[in-house]
Amino acid sequence: MRKEVPLIITFLAGTFFIADYFIPHTGFSNIAAMVNGWAIIVIAASYILGVLNILRINYGRVAKREKDWILKLILVVCMFFMLGAGIFGGITEGTLFDWFFVNTFTPMQATMFALLAFFIASAAFRAFRVRTVQAALLAITAVLVMIGRVPIGESIWKDFPSFTEWIMNVPQLAGKRAILIGAALGAIATGLKVITGLERTYMGQD
Amino acid sequence: MSYEILGVWVAAFFTLCIFSFLYRDNFFYKLAEHIFVGISAGYGVALQIENVLKPNLLKPLFQEGKMILIIPFILSALLFSRLYSKISWLSRWALALLIGIFSGAAIIGFGSGDLVLQINANLLPLKTNSFLTTFNNFILTFGLITCLLYFFFSKEHKGGFGFIARIGIYFLMISFGASFGYTVMSRMSLLIGRVYFIFGQWLGIIQ
Amino acid sequence: MQKFFEFISQLDRRIIFIFVALAIILPLIFPLNIKFTVTEPVRGFYDAIEKVPNGSKVLFACDFEPGSLPELYPMTYAALEQMLKKDLKIIALSLWPAGPPLAEKALTDMAQNEFKKTYGVDYVNLGFKEGREVVMVSMGSSIPNTFPQDYRGTKVSQIPIMQGVNNFKDVKLIVNISAGYPGTKEWVQQVQARYNIGLVSGCTAVSAPEYYPYYQSKQLLGLLGGMKGAAEYEILVNRIGLGRRGMDAQSMAHVIIFLFIVLGNLAYLSLKKKGT
Repeated sequence: MRKEVPLIITFLAGTFFIADYFIPHTGFSNIAAMVNGWAIIVIAASYILGVLNILRINYGRVAKREKDWILKLILVVCMFFMLGAGIFGGITEGTLFDWFFVNTFTPMQATMFALLAFFIASAAFRAFRVRTVQAALLAITAVLVMIGRVPIGESIWKDFPSFTEWIMNVPQLAGKRAILIGAALGAIATGLKVITGLERTYMGQD
Repeated sequence: MSYEILGVWVAAFFTLCIFSFLYRDNFFYKLAEHIFVGISAGYGVALQIENVLKPNLLKPLFQEGKMILIIPFILSALLFSRLYSKISWLSRWALALLIGIFSGAAIIGFGSGDLVLQINANLLPLKTNSFLTTFNNFILTFGLITCLLYFFFSKEHKGGFGFIARIGIYFLMISFGASFGYTVMSRMSLLIGRVYFIFGQWLGIIQ
Repeated sequence: MQKFFEFISQLDRRIIFIFVALAIILPLIFPLNIKFTVTEPVRGFYDAIEKVPNGSKVLFACDFEPGSLPELYPMTYAALEQMLKKDLKIIALSLWPAGPPLAEKALTDMAQNEFKKTYGVDYVNLGFKEGREVVMVSMGSSIPNTFPQDYRGTKVSQIPIMQGVNNFKDVKLIVNISAGYPGTKEWVQQVQARYNIGLVSGCTAVSAPEYYPYYQSKQLLGLLGGMKGAAEYEILVNRIGLGRRGMDAQSMAHVIIFLFIVLGNLAYLSLKKKGT
């Protein structure tokens, strides 16, 4: 029961999804669409599980007064505040929920990603070393693409953008296409292993 | 003070808190980080409830009487058994549905979208009326074959086979170099956005 | 010279941060107005939308979040400008949780305020659904069943623009603005390959190189890569947005990175020669 039923569900769900691609019968497609709708609901419910997990982890730290416990308390309070604002006040434009999304969530996430600009500059300076022929090829291509893709490249040499586009459309494309095809073969093999029950790591330990 | 102006000042405060990490880790950065995690978790769940669970499950099941939706309702409830170790095995049933569907989606998506169509797109004529097109087609074909041969690890990369595989590595290095160039472009763009907000919207220096 | 390279090799990274910050701040405050031209993938994006008959319905998939706004918002606004000029009916949706309010703001600014369009008649925001590829396949069967109500809570059956829209066959084009997964790759794999519908993509620069094979195979009719792609597209649409304004700063930032790479390698080679 503990392992057999999930394996059967995985097999049926996967085979059904694949069969839907090949069977144009409307009745079959309707059943497949219904099962897809169930998956959308189950994934959404898993977010609530995630929040309960956050509560479980942080409650322990606050109760034991561990390091930075006040910050953990602030985290939990903010989470419930946002949840309450969304459920009771609505989520559309002009609500308190939307105000906090625009003026706290948005700038903080945008700034966290903006920090990467500084770190990539630091990494390029400290770690980008041309030690081998392959590394030199990587560095030269990177520099050509970096300079060619911005306006200053075009002001240095008017055909720089066209040359950069040629790099992207020909040699770069060959490598990326090979990676795409290799990844596709790997994904298909892994998918078949999961559906047929050869790959069971998703079930975890007993 | 209008809510809009207050919002800009709040956004600027949190932006500077996050940027302070560049000097060193400090209380203001940690405070902003924890507020961000809390708000994003609350946002995510509120959105799932309002945009997914209410219209796709709760309303149709309890208000419109679509009883077939009792199945996803039960599966969703089974997910919560993960919180109790004695019955956590029940959550596998819900996970199995998701894993099965996503595995099927991967097989179809990668098979039709990537494998077949990409190979088809690389079947290019090696003799055309234009020298540049012929040259490009040759590079594309040769590059793809050498890269795919490099990925074939069941045979040792020695001799002639090893030589071809090494050419494949050169094509891959060109790909990675292009990716690095574009990654730098992407990261710098994100910083440009924040600087534009600070000096434009907040301080009003950029018009 | 040796001492200089020794000093460089031990440079505090905060000095590097200052140079990067100045390279971006100064050109934004004092623009250089360096000219640039439009590349072929961007022209493909523009032409694909231009070819859609006026008044047709298009699907606008806003698959992004605040972390990618500087690259993707300029192309979102420019795409809305082009589509609204052609009186295209826009059905917006998002597969990222943070996408709907960002799409709502863009639609309000452009469709409602600038072009005086009516919500529900000329455009709609269907909101968000979790499920990634599964949502895409589900929409292939029925968009109203996947999105029974819009972002504002109105039943889709009561929204005029959604009348006659059942699945992908009822829209002329999919315009996807994508920050990663789920995004353009999944739209190509699950929708374009399956239903053979026109698809154009605006994406972050990080993702752009891996979408060039899709553009070459014509699975994508057009491709905007990063802020530069947005800037080129703004030229075609005749709009001055963050894309065009940010290009001088982008140029200087890339020059600084190039100089750091060269300096770092010169220091490395010099110290290697010395035996340090």
